[in-house]
Amino acid sequence: MFGRLSWAAIPFDQPIIMGTGAVLGMVLFTVLLLIGRKGAWPYLWREWITSVDHKRIGVMYMILGLVMLIRGFSDAIMMRTQLAIAAGHAKGYLPPEHYDQVFTAHGTIMIFFVAMPFVVGLMNFAVPLQLGVRDVAFPKLNSVSFWLTASGVLLVNLSLFVGEFARTGWLAYPPLSELAYSPGVGVDYYLWSLQLSGVGTLLAGINLTTTILKMRAPGMGYSRMPIFCWTALASNLLIVAAFPVLTATFAMLLLDRYCDFHFFTNELGGNPMMYINLIWIWGHPEVYILILPAFGVFSEVVATFSGKPLFGYRSMVLATMAICILSFMVWLHHFFTMGAGADVNGFFGIMTMIIAVPTGVKVFNWLFTLYGGRIQYTVPIYWTIGFIITFVIGGMTGVLMAIPPADFVLHNSLFLIAHFHNVAIGGVVFGAMAGYTYWFPKAFGFKLNERLGKAIFWCWFIGFYLAFMPLYALGLMGATRRMQHYPDTHWQPLMLVALAGAVVILLGIVLTAVQLAVSIRQRHVERDCSGDPWNGRTLEWSVPSPPPPWNFTHIPDVQRTDAYWQMKKEGNAATASAGPFDMYVPRNSPVGILLAFFAVISGFALIWRIDWLAALGLVGAVVVVLREAWKTDLEICVPAERVAAFAHSHDVAARASVDGGRS
Amino acid sequence: MNSHLQAQGTVPGVDARGVHGGRSYLIGLLCAVPLTVASFWAATTSLVYPPAVPVLLAALAIAQMGVHVAFFLHISSAPDQTNNFLALAFGVFVTALVVFGSMMIMAHLNHNMMSMDELTKIQR
Amino acid sequence: MSAADPALPTEIGIPLSLRGAATIRVVAGFGFWLFLLSDIILFAALFATYSVLSSSTAGGPTAAELFDKKHVFLETMCLLASSVTCGFGSLAVQRTDARAMYLWMATTFVLGVCFVAMEGREFAGMVASGAGPSHSAFLSAFFTLVGTHGLHVSLGLVWLVIMLLQATTLGFQPMVSRRFFSFGLFWHALDIVWIGVFTIVYLGAR
Repeated sequence: MFGRLSWAAIPFDQPIIMGTGAVLGMVLFTVLLLIGRKGAWPYLWREWITSVDHKRIGVMYMILGLVMLIRGFSDAIMMRTQLAIAAGHAKGYLPPEHYDQVFTAHGTIMIFFVAMPFVVGLMNFAVPLQLGVRDVAFPKLNSVSFWLTASGVLLVNLSLFVGEFARTGWLAYPPLSELAYSPGVGVDYYLWSLQLSGVGTLLAGINLTTTILKMRAPGMGYSRMPIFCWTALASNLLIVAAFPVLTATFAMLLLDRYCDFHFFTNELGGNPMMYINLIWIWGHPEVYILILPAFGVFSEVVATFSGKPLFGYRSMVLATMAICILSFMVWLHHFFTMGAGADVNGFFGIMTMIIAVPTGVKVFNWLFTLYGGRIQYTVPIYWTIGFIITFVIGGMTGVLMAIPPADFVLHNSLFLIAHFHNVAIGGVVFGAMAGYTYWFPKAFGFKLNERLGKAIFWCWFIGFYLAFMPLYALGLMGATRRMQHYPDTHWQPLMLVALAGAVVILLGIVLTAVQLAVSIRQRHVERDCSGDPWNGRTLEWSVPSPPPPWNFTHIPDVQRTDAYWQMKKEGNAATASAGPFDMYVPRNSPVGILLAFFAVISGFALIWRIDWLAALGLVGAVVVVLREAWKTDLEICVPAERVAAFAHSHDVAARASVDGGRS
Repeated sequence: MNSHLQAQGTVPGVDARGVHGGRSYLIGLLCAVPLTVASFWAATTSLVYPPAVPVLLAALAIAQMGVHVAFFLHISSAPDQTNNFLALAFGVFVTALVVFGSMMIMAHLNHNMMSMDELTKIQR
Repeated sequence: MSAADPALPTEIGIPLSLRGAATIRVVAGFGFWLFLLSDIILFAALFATYSVLSSSTAGGPTAAELFDKKHVFLETMCLLASSVTCGFGSLAVQRTDARAMYLWMATTFVLGVCFVAMEGREFAGMVASGAGPSHSAFLSAFFTLVGTHGLHVSLGLVWLVIMLLQATTLGFQPMVSRRFFSFGLFWHALDIVWIGVFTIVYLGAR
């Protein structure tokens, strides 16, 4: 009746998990209770949960990423403390079967449920505003994408308390991930949660690509688009092209596990190497999906806070699109040691070195933008300078490993771990934090506390170097990844330094929460009434903070790049040929959360082999879609008077803040 | 459906002749049937030099796909079809990389590495 | 998306990329086109897997032994014909000619059902004779590649029925017309994928 599910699935004998569960349960219960007490459920449902507004969805993605950062980072602290202890004959406190789940969960969560939500969230929030349009191409689909990602998050978190997680590493290589060697539900949790969120991501990729290519303000040709939109375009094209391969590969592994197929098994002709080939065809574009929007954020930040246009717009665009194409031609460098031979390895090694060139072009353009500019050392600029230093180091170690003979020594060592954390933290995390700080005032109408922001930066910067530079050394000394204990006690001091670094980063994460609380408390002091707290250059700064649902009272007419900067110079920031019109805003829709609800039910049922429940979930999802297909009343009309009144009140407030002296 | 007035180009699948585009489907059919018959013939005939048969089949398949793309999907290199054409080109590029890249890589790997069957046989 | 916004610049001299946002029809159509391309890449991964595993028969039946080319030719003609009838159906939708639309779309449906039935029979026959997907890597890859295509065709048929219901209940309003349009794109794309399938899987079996 309940498939493989039974009370034995709950790990009553593991105090750490039970304790965590108890604490989390209490926190969740308290939060839900407080929301109910304040009568805020109708507000939450109406304004956030069923919202199809790209700005709200973008914020929800960021919140999701920040919350999952805590879970992914707890895994990191657990690993660092285990490795700090388990030298020589010491066994540490985390037995291997748990350690394996911890490193698998860490990688899976950080890539899929922290980095992707950050990046997709920033793109969701900023791209329509920068393009001068009212929303993305498919607002309801946007909501579906978010909630499907959230459903993947829910399943991964459920695995902590009901059952187990995969012990295979974050890419679940067969034959270990096949049923014969992973008979439990861990790999199934992994596969189904990623299939669900993968569908969400693919739909978001289609959504944003269509928005950028088919919906821009009049006059905004491709060469007048902000650079963040170019990098978003490249990233979303990669999503559309790469995620289907992930879906297909996971589907094949699922067929192996559920229906006794033999794609990647040891017997009857299966070939595990094919899985590794396919998964990295997805995996390499994935890292570019993550880094390109971060590059875009830095381009915007560097131009805004140097007070100059971005240096080399054309070469930036060419470099971005070159990276987009080249990212599909390097994937074998993730498995040089699998045995394809010198010819194949040589080709991919050279391609990997070539792809470093457009990135170098971008770095020089950022530096030349800063050079000669009147730089304001705000928090986003701190993150940018930190990124340039850190990412370049990480990139160089990557190019080092692109040489196949070097990679034969360093593959799967801690050197590799240090490299990819170098570029992921230095690139994606720093970019996410910069974007978060940069666009926060636009989203909420007040700035984040600047002093705390700088403290957070220093914690991450110093913490990163402390945590990962020792790992480069350890890798060269022979330490491998996914290692639960090690015999050579000479490695222990370096492991301790790494632990110290992790603690410093932990402080940074705690301060992020503190900063949010303090900024909310001080919001009246730091309020942004003008909509343009940084003296920005692109169109999102021309609307109020936070923007109304319809974004722009008048769709701007764009004449050149940095459209808003030009509008400000010519003093026509608020002109229009005719008065505001009636706005047709898409109606909210529960289809996103309803689909996710049935997706979680089906996913959970499939994991535990509860067939009737899986079928029920599928039926529910189909019913939701059919109901939606027959809806014809899809828009709300906001009358012109309300639009005009809103615009007028914003103008009054903006002028008042200018008179009061804007910094 | 005057394409001169369409912002950002036309959608794929729309014939420039609009509702009078029935001819293109018939032309497409008239081209596709012989090509399909030719494919099936090429696979079973002994008249073609055997090593050349896969090449012939590939050429015929590409021709058939081209007929579909041109006459059923109405995608061309016209200026208002640029986005559709480029998107298709990108899709074809990735497909070619995935298929031929995988085939080449796996051929090398299979040549150099022992198969799982052999590996499990020599294990104790 | 505001109906009362000032008219977008439409003079012939202005490049298409500078004319502001496209109409909903173009946006929806392009979005669906991108989805189709992503689907084709999904098939690419399955094609790649089939090509790599097609000789891993684990001592079991091989492609050459299993496939009946006449049967596949019939399936191919059914699907090709259904693509043409679907095209005529799309034109009928554009003309808002309900009778013609029902006629052509019903024909498309019947031809599609023939295709799925023939493929289903082939699969059932193979499983019954001990050549099911769990018998070798080659068979796993075959059933998955061809089966995924068949699943797409089946889902397309379900979608077609839903579309006919929508046309009946909601009439030819823009939303319905856009969805028919997307269905047409989907159906043609499936025929394109089938060209790849029958060439590589069935005709490639030597």
